[in-house]
Amino acid sequence: MKTDLTVNGRTYGIDVEPRTTLLDALRDGCGLKGTHAGCEHGVCGACTVIVDGEAVRSCLMLAVQSDGLDITTIEGVAPERGELDVIQDSFCETHGMQCGYCTPGMVLAAKALLGVNREPTDEEIRDAISGNICRCTGYGQIVEAIRLAAKRLRESNALAMEAGE
Amino acid sequence: MNADTKPRFLSTDRRVREDKRFVAGSGRFVQDLDRPGMLHVALVAAQHPAAKIVKIDASEALAMEGVHYVIDGAELSAAVNPLMNGLDTPNVRRFPLAVGQNRYAGEWIAAVVADTRALAEDAAERVKVEVERLGFLTDAEKALDPESTPVHPEHGSNLLLDRTFDWGPVEDDFARSDETLKLRVTWGRNSTVPIETFGVICEWNPWDEVLDVWASIQMPKYADQIARALKLPGNAVRVHYDVDVGGSYGVKRGIKQTVLAGYLCRKLGRPVRLIEDRLENMRSGDAHGPERIFDIEVAFDRDGTVNAMKMRALDNAGAYAGRAPFQLGKPIGAIVGPYRINSVQYRAMSVTTNKAVQEAVRGFGQSPTNYAIETMMDRVAAHLGMDRLEFRQKNLIRSEEFPYLIPSGSTYDSGDYHAVIDKVLATADYAELQAERDRLRAEGLCAGIGIAACLEPSGGNSAFEPLLNEKNRTSTWMEGCRVNVDALGEVTVAIHTTSSGQGHETLAATVVGEVLQMDPDRIRVVRPDSLSSLPGNSPVGSRMAIMLGGAAANAARELIRQAVAIGAHLSRADPAACRYEDGTVVTPDGTVTWDEIVDVAHRRFHDLPPGTNPGLTANFIQQVPTGTALPKDGKVQMYPCYSFEFHLVLLAFDPVLAKPEIRRYVIGHDCGTVINPHIVKGMTLGGIAHGLGAALLEEFAYDGEGQLMTQSFLDYLMPSSHEMPEVEIVKHETPSPLTEFGQKGSGESGYLGAPAAISGAIHDAVSQWGIHLNKLPIRMSAISDAIAAAEENA
Ligand code: FES
Ligand code: FES
Repeated sequence: MKTDLTVNGRTYGIDVEPRTTLLDALRDGCGLKGTHAGCEHGVCGACTVIVDGEAVRSCLMLAVQSDGLDITTIEGVAPERGELDVIQDSFCETHGMQCGYCTPGMVLAAKALLGVNREPTDEEIRDAISGNICRCTGYGQIVEAIRLAAKRLRESNALAMEAGE
Repeated sequence: MNADTKPRFLSTDRRVREDKRFVAGSGRFVQDLDRPGMLHVALVAAQHPAAKIVKIDASEALAMEGVHYVIDGAELSAAVNPLMNGLDTPNVRRFPLAVGQNRYAGEWIAAVVADTRALAEDAAERVKVEVERLGFLTDAEKALDPESTPVHPEHGSNLLLDRTFDWGPVEDDFARSDETLKLRVTWGRNSTVPIETFGVICEWNPWDEVLDVWASIQMPKYADQIARALKLPGNAVRVHYDVDVGGSYGVKRGIKQTVLAGYLCRKLGRPVRLIEDRLENMRSGDAHGPERIFDIEVAFDRDGTVNAMKMRALDNAGAYAGRAPFQLGKPIGAIVGPYRINSVQYRAMSVTTNKAVQEAVRGFGQSPTNYAIETMMDRVAAHLGMDRLEFRQKNLIRSEEFPYLIPSGSTYDSGDYHAVIDKVLATADYAELQAERDRLRAEGLCAGIGIAACLEPSGGNSAFEPLLNEKNRTSTWMEGCRVNVDALGEVTVAIHTTSSGQGHETLAATVVGEVLQMDPDRIRVVRPDSLSSLPGNSPVGSRMAIMLGGAAANAARELIRQAVAIGAHLSRADPAACRYEDGTVVTPDGTVTWDEIVDVAHRRFHDLPPGTNPGLTANFIQQVPTGTALPKDGKVQMYPCYSFEFHLVLLAFDPVLAKPEIRRYVIGHDCGTVINPHIVKGMTLGGIAHGLGAALLEEFAYDGEGQLMTQSFLDYLMPSSHEMPEVEIVKHETPSPLTEFGQKGSGESGYLGAPAAISGAIHDAVSQWGIHLNKLPIRMSAISDAIAAAEENA
């Protein structure tokens, strides 16, 4: 089936089977390999992308359902190639990762949270990433990263507007 | 490093260089790679725990469009060598696909190769396998019965290993002690379960006669094992180390998967990719961890002195031998934990059962052993009516006793256990923590404090191999590093392994920058393929800070020696009168600049000291410090360095619901000189999360039919950000006298003591009923059932 996926502001016309998940379509159809497969049954959050402002699990959505929706993947977060946005930079500052496999999903979960909540408590941060399993970090430095990103976003109005777009 | 020079880059708050590509989604995981014409594999799995394979009918699958091949164990085993066993058990043969019979539910019986993975999965469902069911067993104690159904009839029994070591006057110490006590604890089968499953791509180049391999591995001597199994020369296997590995913590060994994909790519003349799905990974990726029953008898005096210990560890290895039994060997290097125990008897037993195969898991058997020792310490203290903490403090090795030789032959390098504990108690305000526990109890909750003190042997060598297998003569477990200065004067460091989140690029750049007195951000780190690499043994056994750190430092020092020789020759000075400083060579008459040295090395042979080769480059292959000899009389120096950790945890739960909630977690951690604080912190926190899972949640549980019940993330439960508390880390640094900068290992930190501490806290919380929950994981239901039963009997 022909499907038009709008990903990171660009339209990809791809041909998929009805059973193809959004995850597989992004990776294999659009060539966007930053979205990862962990469990493919909706538990680990490695496949998290943002659809119309909300963090969703791309392994639980079909590609054909996603036609016309506004999808952001990790490749759409950095302002320029080689540059990092505030959330990404904060993850680097606190070392909020090790192997990096859960990281795109974590960054996008954080982005979705900070898009609607500029002043999250630690509990709200832990809630926002509770559907994303990280086996490396024990979450401590991820929570620190999101805390730091929120602070930086608050401190910079211009950047805050960008993150809330 | 001179004791009086302050490090510039070491131990400072520098970023981890690998992180940038990961936050951008630019990691290079094996799933992200594409090879032209690549085919995909799906597996046909055994339904029963043990069955004779009567017939495999693949005709329907093969008739599907896009399906290229179906292979079974008969074809594969005729073409490849059996996979390596650690022990001398030649009749426990293992191939990537079951041959003749399968030995656990889920074991791979056949593999289907197709244009896409989805197609291969569809076709795998159409492969018809006719079987005759055989007897099976899953229980390790049943497997000890000589009458039990043998998993490998050719081997004659289910016993893989039964070895008793007597270190010191055990019987005398038991006889002279005031009292003895027995206990049994069980470590449930769990694993590290990385979020990325195992994956591999193999491609055969018939013109060069080379097998290219991209894999998510963490495996010592991986290329050698693949070559041996596929009957290829060693230099015909090229493993690409520039692949990011999505977590491993020991388990990503991937031999069977790679041998299968390697055979198929040669057979079909196309690149072949095998990426496990979650079910394949959990049920049959051969990546389960130890499952161990400890029977302990301990002898002690009434004043609280522990004199001797007898420990029997019975491990359930699963269906094949592999390296699993060695996980009983490594803990020998810290068999008394951080305590002075005069003599030890250790009986290590490993059996086969019809469960999935066990692989190396973080700590290589040390965490289960630490859990057993610490539970023993709690029980003895309770028996004597002594405070658990004072009892431990009394038996801990004192700082002035280092280097300290333990009965099993290892010498602990350094430590100050009492100081670390004091710091933790001060940070946590121990008296206040106890008061908080009592307040929670007054509110009607079960509340308890857990403590655990333990060691992380680090600098991994393989001394347990010759100790448990006399035919194995390994006494080196080296690691190599190359530092090269190009013609423009820039530095590139080559490291020779894949990395699964340990930050080796940051480690190497920091160390080389430190030695060369050069900003590490200027230094490039590369990971060439295995054919372009120096010998190494991959990041296992908490070894890279010590081994790669040592190799990188020594290679950089050799580079300095070369630079000084050039500078001295240019200025006609004695090299001994010259020194290296900030990229220049300082001679008695002035300085020679870096550019000048590089120019001579790369362009001006006529200005080089006589007998010097051109270029500015150095290789160094680091031997494990202390790794000098083969075992003697059942004793050997195991790992060189010993990190220490002390856990203090307060948890509480409702007596009916019994869901433990951690209220406070403080850990004291001493891994010597820290190279990158962010990395060490992350290891410790991640390790505690693994330990929390092992203590409360995670288990590969099998039902009475020999089927794995926890084979998805819906039923194999891992700690999320809700379960994992905020942890306070208290740092202490006792440098190791054996390493370049005083560093020790930290890759297993947190995990090694968390299960013991959490179990101890639960026991403190239910102490009013005198309940013992002797098996990990301690499930909510086990706690609430035990409380209900105790209340009923009260
Ligand atoms: S891959 Fe989608 S939730 Fe795990
Ligand atoms: S960084 Fe490895 S799983 Fe999160």
